[in-house]
This record gives sequence, structure tokens and C-alpha cells, in this order.
Amino acid sequence: MFRPMRERAAAAALNFTFDGRPMTGRAGDTVAASLLANGIVACRETPVSDTPRAPYCLMGVCFDCLVVIDGIGNRQGCLVPLSEGMRIETQHGRRQFGEALS
Amino acid sequence: MTPVKDIATVAEAYDLIVVGAGPAGLSAGVRAAELGLSVLLADENPTPGGQIYRAITTTPVTDRSILGEDYWRGSGIVARFEKSAATYAPGCTVWSIGPDEATPGSFELGLSLGGKARMISAAQVILATGAQERPFPIPGWTLPGVMTAGAAQIALKGSGIVPSGRTVIAGCGPLLYLLASQLAAAGTEIVAVLDTTPRSNWSKALAALPDFLRSPYLAKGLKLMAATRGKLRFLTGVTGLAAQGEKQLGGIRVERGSRVETIPCDALLLHQGVLPSVNFSNAAGCEHYFDEEQHAWLPRLDEWYASSVAGIAIAGDGAGIGGAESAALRGEIAAFGAAFRLGKLGESQRDAQAAPVRAELSRRLRGRRFLDLIYKPAPQFLAPPQDETIICRCEEVTAGQVRDAAARLGVTGPNQMKAFLRCGMGPCQGRLCGPTVVELIAQTRGVSPAETGYYRLRPPVKPVTLAELAALPATEAAVKAVVR
Repeated sequence: MFRPMRERAAAAALNFTFDGRPMTGRAGDTVAASLLANGIVACRETPVSDTPRAPYCLMGVCFDCLVVIDGIGNRQGCLVPLSEGMRIETQHGRRQFGEALS
Repeated sequence: MTPVKDIATVAEAYDLIVVGAGPAGLSAGVRAAELGLSVLLADENPTPGGQIYRAITTTPVTDRSILGEDYWRGSGIVARFEKSAATYAPGCTVWSIGPDEATPGSFELGLSLGGKARMISAAQVILATGAQERPFPIPGWTLPGVMTAGAAQIALKGSGIVPSGRTVIAGCGPLLYLLASQLAAAGTEIVAVLDTTPRSNWSKALAALPDFLRSPYLAKGLKLMAATRGKLRFLTGVTGLAAQGEKQLGGIRVERGSRVETIPCDALLLHQGVLPSVNFSNAAGCEHYFDEEQHAWLPRLDEWYASSVAGIAIAGDGAGIGGAESAALRGEIAAFGAAFRLGKLGESQRDAQAAPVRAELSRRLRGRRFLDLIYKPAPQFLAPPQDETIICRCEEVTAGQVRDAAARLGVTGPNQMKAFLRCGMGPCQGRLCGPTVVELIAQTRGVSPAETGYYRLRPPVKPVTLAELAALPATEAAVKAVVR
């Protein structure tokens, strides 16, 4: 969906997974930006109709970038900086409790 | 500036808490610290700058011409803040504000950082929570591939990434042209810019034209127009839009009067102007009114940006849309006001120091009214005519449902509408549906948005977990309130 522009300052590479698939991000990017840069089309399914959604505003307002990060749901991907080894997952519907315990 | 990484290191109380690290918040924080106030500036983003100067200290965009000199002006504002004595808490969400019962006249704010919450006291508060893009509900705007124009700009500033396929930019307002020029410079394949500015706006805007012609906006506008209009495919007079696709955007259906065409695209960036973010000020109990020219709810403020709640001021675009330079100046004026109320600055000193800032502000705001009037959204983009259009993205409530509830069930206002349809009750707390719900009710009932009213918002203004609340230390009074 997104690609790097022609000239861009270098940054340290960070490894993370999305739904178990290994991906590489860039230090300084948010989780939502990292997903967009890796070609991820949708990051959640709505609780009302299971419809796929993607980040919409990228500024903390719309809550369409909600994802599960390291087992904790309802995280706003656009406000969380990516870090090494992060396990990011699609949020299916509402937040599932007990994820953090598994 | 002292950065805070752990909420445990934040002090119990400050003279002033500023919410938001955009130009208004940063300038307010610097000025207040210079006047001897203890200042905490809390911001939910990881780096300072707000949205307009997003990632100004970290952006990977190396070619300065792409984002333009107006963006790089933010470096100076942040540098000045970094030299100040203020405390800065990035990645910190402020989710509530209320009276501090231990110190009458002061406030208690709920802050959350790194998964831990604390209640911090402030004698004065400046809300610099800025603006958000006006909701632009069209059929299909919830499809992956559709984003706001502001989101694409944030991706560019923050991460140096641009939409990878055929891109369409649609809507109206100065940002539309700015984004088109920035994305084109960054190598995006822009297949069309769809301008929804109603031609009928010109008659109303003409009266404000002389001021605009003498304003700094004119030169900027002409430069942008020259950079975009000749080079990109511009379609003006757009009267209807619908994003198409099954699970993902595939194209956009464009109506220009009776002419209809479909443009295949992979990314659609929507923009219909910006609105003051009212969630926090509304939840704080500040009085608001509906401004017809900005077509938005604005807080009622005095000349020092003080709200109807004594001790809470609102600076920046949250006080009414004025742009980045104005926001910084308003932040300074609000800081003078706060310092005066705390007795750190005499009345004559306050007035004298604020005078040159006010003069510059009035120069900066000249011409703004023309922009408000010329880019006022068309009614069909404020309240979608197609019944099936989703207007509450969280609860998936449609325009037809709201119209039906207003017409058949006699629902008169947005708060009652919540009870019937759940619109505004999802995680975004009405940020993406509030203005549309008001507009739909107003149009259906044939009354004004002012008469229709707005959602009554309440803290927490941002989600906070029960675990964070439960971990807060309980005061003796709080324990006595529930334990007998």
C-alpha cells in the first residue's frame, strides 16, 4: 500500500511479526506506519460486522488502526512506536481478554 | 526541557499543565516556563511537533523542498522548547480533567504513560489539542485503501513513505493542494485531484477577498496552485463521490453534475477541511458555540484564550482554525494569561508583553475568513444523501438510520441519538461521527446545527484500562466513599 520515497534517511532495521509472518520495520516508525510500509492491507476486523479496516487518520483519532501488540488488544497502532521483536496481530472484532495470559 | 520516560518521575503538582505538543502547546510551555511557572507538557505522540510539525526532530525526509519551508519552521519552535525549563512527557495520554478536591481552584488530570496512570494536580491548564480533519463520509470510506489526506501527510513526514499505487486526492481546503504538491514531489503517482469546492461559495467569499489579497496566504496559495494545477489532472465542480471495492478500494465514482465517471485507483485520500478538536474541552465542561463561518463547534473564549471554566485556557487550532503560525502566537498569549492569573505577571506587564504578539497574530489571521468561506463544504459532503453510507465508523451506523430516527422517531439531538443507535459510543467517542450526526439531524428537522447541539462528552476522553485505574493510589476520601 505504501512504499519508501526515493530519498530517505537510513535508520536501524527492526524485526517484528504480523500474524506470525516475519517483517522488517524502521526504527522511529509507528506500528501502523510499519504495517502500511510492509504492504498490509487491513489490520483489524470490526466487532459489528467483521469487516476489514485499515489505519485511517494516523493521528490517534479514528481508532481504525487497533491491533493486538504482544498479546494485548485495542492498541492504537498509530501511537505505539515499533520495537524489536514485537508480535503484532490482526484484531478480530472486540478485544479478547486473557490474551495477555496465554 | 526535562523529558519524562517514567510516569513515576512526574511531580505531584504543577503551576501549569499543557496538553498537546504542537505549535500552540510548545510555545505556551516555553513562555510559561520563562515567566517562572512550573510546567508539564504532556503529549500522546512519541515526538514533539503535533501534526503540522509531525516528526520534525526525526523525519527521514532529507530533501527539504518536499515538505516545504513552512514545515521546517517547526524546528525553531521545538529547539526553543528544548532549551526551556519545562518538563515534557511524550507518549503520555491525558484522559481526564476535573477539580482537585485537595486544592480548591486547582485541577486534577488523569495521565497515562507506558501502561501506568497517575493523577497530577495543576493550578492552570492550557489545552492545545489542536484540530482533526472534518469527517468526510462517502459510500465506501471505510474500505482499506481510503485514508485521510492528513494521514498520508503524516506517513510522509513521520516515515518517508508514500502511497504505492494509483492515488486520488479528493475534497476541498488548502491542505488538499499542499498534500498534492508534497506527494507529487515525493514521487507518488497522482491520477486525479477531485475538487469538491462548491462554485456557489464564491459569492459569499468575495466580501472577504480584499483581506485575503493582502495576507500571507495569497503568496502561499498561488505557489501551491502553480505547483499542482498545471501538472496534475484536476477535476473541479465535483458534486458526488463513492469509493468502490469489495474488501479493498478499487476505484472512485465521480459525479460532476450529470457527468459520471469511475477512476480506478489503489489509494484514495480524503480531505474536507479541519475542525477544532473539542473532545477534551467539551468533557472539561467548557462552553462551546457553533460558528457558522468555520461551520464548526468552537469553545467560547476571552481575549486570553481563557474558557468558561476558570483556570482552563484553549490555545491553537482548538480555539478555532487559524493555522500553525497563529497557533504558536495564541499559545504565547494563553501563557501570559495563565501567568497573570497565578500572580507571576502584573496586568500592565502582561498587556505590554502580549501586545506585539497580538499584532503579529492579527496579521497572520488576516485572510483566514476568505479561506473559511471559499472552502466551506457542500451540504452533501457534510450529510451524505445516500442512506446506506456509514456515518459512525465504530458502531457502523448509517446516514439512513440517523435520518429515520430523526424523522420518524422524533429524535431531536445527538445525545438522544446515542441511546437509539449507539452512534458516538464506540472507541473514537464521536470524533468521526459527531459533526455528521448533528448535520443529519439538523437537515432532517430543518433546524440549525446550533439548535441541534453536540454530544455531551465525558472523561475518560481517551480509553484507559481498568487495570490502570485500579492501580491508582486511593485517597482516604475515595475509600470512605465506597467502604462503610
